[in-house]
Amino acid sequence: MGQICIFYKKGHFYQSKVTVKIMEDAIRLVNITKKFGSVVANKDISMSIRRGEILSLLGENGSGKTTLMNILSGIYYQDEGQIYVNGKEVAIRTPGEAFDLGIGMIHQHFKLVDVFTAAENIVLGLHEPGKFNMKAVHDKVRAICEKYGFNIEPDQKVYEMTVAEKQTLEIVKVLYRGADILILDEPTAVLTPQETQKLFTVMREMKKDGKAIVIITHKLHEVLDVSDRVSILRRGEYVGTVETKDATELSLTEMMVGQKVSLDLSRSEPKNRVKRLEIKNLNVVNKDGVKVLKDISFDAYGGEILGIAGISGCGQKELLESIAGLQLTCEGSSVEYFAPEEESPRQLIGLSPKKIKNLGVALSFVPEDRLGMGLVGSMGMTGNMMLKSYEKGKSFFTERNDPKQLAEKIKDSLGVVTPSVNTPVSRLSGGNVQKILVGREIAANPTVLMTAYAVRGLDIHTSYMIYNLLEEQKKKGVAVIYVGEDLDVLTAICDRILVLCGGEMTGIVNGPGSTKEQIGLLMTKSNKERNVK
Amino acid sequence: MTETIIAWIFRAVQFGTIIMFGSMGEIISEKAGNLNLGVPGIMYLGAFAGFASAYGYETSVENPSRLICILLALIAAFAAAAIGGLIYCFLTTTLRANQNVTGLALTTFGMGVANFFGAYMLEGEVYTAAPVSNSAFQAKIPFLSNIPIIGNVLFSYGFLVYGAIILAIILHIFLNKTRAGLNLRAVGENPATADAAGINVTKYKYLATTIGAGISGIGGLYYVLDYNNGIWATTGQIEALGWLAVALVIFTTWKPLNVIWGAYLFGLLYWFYNFMPTLFGITNAERTTSLYQMLPYLVTIAVLIAVSIRKKKESQPPAALGLPYFREER
Repeated sequence: MGQICIFYKKGHFYQSKVTVKIMEDAIRLVNITKKFGSVVANKDISMSIRRGEILSLLGENGSGKTTLMNILSGIYYQDEGQIYVNGKEVAIRTPGEAFDLGIGMIHQHFKLVDVFTAAENIVLGLHEPGKFNMKAVHDKVRAICEKYGFNIEPDQKVYEMTVAEKQTLEIVKVLYRGADILILDEPTAVLTPQETQKLFTVMREMKKDGKAIVIITHKLHEVLDVSDRVSILRRGEYVGTVETKDATELSLTEMMVGQKVSLDLSRSEPKNRVKRLEIKNLNVVNKDGVKVLKDISFDAYGGEILGIAGISGCGQKELLESIAGLQLTCEGSSVEYFAPEEESPRQLIGLSPKKIKNLGVALSFVPEDRLGMGLVGSMGMTGNMMLKSYEKGKSFFTERNDPKQLAEKIKDSLGVVTPSVNTPVSRLSGGNVQKILVGREIAANPTVLMTAYAVRGLDIHTSYMIYNLLEEQKKKGVAVIYVGEDLDVLTAICDRILVLCGGEMTGIVNGPGSTKEQIGLLMTKSNKERNVK
Repeated sequence: MTETIIAWIFRAVQFGTIIMFGSMGEIISEKAGNLNLGVPGIMYLGAFAGFASAYGYETSVENPSRLICILLALIAAFAAAAIGGLIYCFLTTTLRANQNVTGLALTTFGMGVANFFGAYMLEGEVYTAAPVSNSAFQAKIPFLSNIPIIGNVLFSYGFLVYGAIILAIILHIFLNKTRAGLNLRAVGENPATADAAGINVTKYKYLATTIGAGISGIGGLYYVLDYNNGIWATTGQIEALGWLAVALVIFTTWKPLNVIWGAYLFGLLYWFYNFMPTLFGITNAERTTSLYQMLPYLVTIAVLIAVSIRKKKESQPPAALGLPYFREER
């Protein structure tokens, strides 16, 4: 397949006729090993990435996907093994060297400078010849956007952008640098289904251009949808590569987990539904005076799981925090709590977070960095249990026995992998940290259990464990409120799903029978025209 | 009345120039994410090295050339201060020591070095002088400085006053209009992003901190050879000026152009106590002088509060200021 290509490298344009052979190896990894201290993140991995194809890299949390890709992009350097780019052995010691080889990575946590404009972020670190001319950069950015159908304003500041826009900017950034090997690390984690489809269209477009594309994602249906081949890692080791057309969700999961798992989520019929919370006209204004929650009214019942869906940052956090007493609400807002064995409801607004907690309303919020809220990284499990029981006991000295027992109990029942309950939790993997966070809230025997992003970034195995925990709580009659990102899961485990969009409630649907397209539409529908790309 | 105002402005501009150099150096360092609290110490190093070399030259040569005095003093001050910055950068960037502690230690170190070796020059006296260098640094612009009022207010200063203004403009252009400036700001805002974009974070941090410290050191030099009339004495005044320079960085919200008027404003406020009896008829007791000299700090706090209330992203400190960066950190 002959094609005229223009190469832009080291300050000169080359025009030449090159042959892009489909299925040519762009990158070959041979026996790559990378250790962090005593932890082996990648062990003896050999695999290849081809031109003109989309390769999915699949694996559980901590299986070494991101580490392996970071080695390719020059963030880490391998301890052992060789990398071949276009058949030539190379040493990628810095991200700059990766760019020179045409490797561009879109990181899971965006690598963008907030106070810079889109164009400034794009030219960062480049050594283009000639005068530094922002106008020429703008033109080139617009040209790329036009080619692939992106919508980016070169002089918009990054902090004003939506998540989808930032994602697009990251892609434009690597394309501007002339990358022909693109690595996308969990690009769909923060996108709506519609935005995801749009991204996939672009990826297929780039594939047709002869670029090699690697995508890391936890979502199996996306893997099956977009990729040509799937490579699987398990605990840092290479398991194998399969053609996507020969794979199913189940076969991939088995390769990932290494044992047969059932992917069925059991959802029991809600029994003994009792009203626990009645939220009326909840309004919240943030520090900049912008309304982040507008007239939210709904009820939550014991014995059911109420899901909350929405693009991140649409008021989920404010909603849960209003109920937990951590958020200042506008006048007229009402959150009524129907305690068991009490006749009349209680108004929660105006009560201190401590009082609300003591009434039996528990909140476990898993922020993006997991440790930011709720756990102290440098303390062990015992210490973190004590955070919730500091007011118990009268002695001047702390009481460590009860928290220690609780920590041991959570460790055993949830299978937390830690050397001891005194090991600082920041040393544990993300999944284990989240188990502790959710486990601690459940241990308090709440009547209302609110959890946000409980499975954020977790692999299938651990996620299912958490879903089952929530299901158990529901059966015990607890009113569970679950803020989630994965629509497949929301529709599978929730009895009802409340959809938020830009702080407004755009609908409540029943969990059984609803489709994710239907929810996805509600997630992007708002009275105000939203900037949906 | 007019004369008093002119004298006030004159003093304020001179005073402002000292902290202008200190601040500009610190802005470059902070733009690379290095919160160098060693500015007072670095200004001491610059002041001492600059004075000592000029003094040594002047006293050992029969007919000292004023040009050589200037060159020697500038080079020595810049180099000594830059070494201070280099030490700081080695400790914080390469060895990843805590930036605050390292900076404060550098302040103590710089003061100690200057006063220890300064004692050899003093030879038991309270002060010693370098008159030739002083006259070289204080030389007014010919002709222009003779114009009444305007000449006094605008053209009667030593060359470093104008050098500071030019440098501020150059820094502004560098930071906002050049590739290297963009990269430098990225390093201070988000080193991981800069690194992933192929920028050599360590190199930028070293260059910015070292050159920044050198510029700060010129402030110390200006203090001894111009502001203080070429007199080296055993006082701790440079330290107070160094902290004022750090405050000025915050006051200007990290923008070199703001340094120009900010520094002069600080000068006016600092010298307010001296001129207010004649200008405003307010008399003050000796003991309240220090209270009036707090005014620059008060306006800095006011700016801090205003900035944090307005929440304008562009007026915030570099996001990664004071944080160590290690690429392979997980």
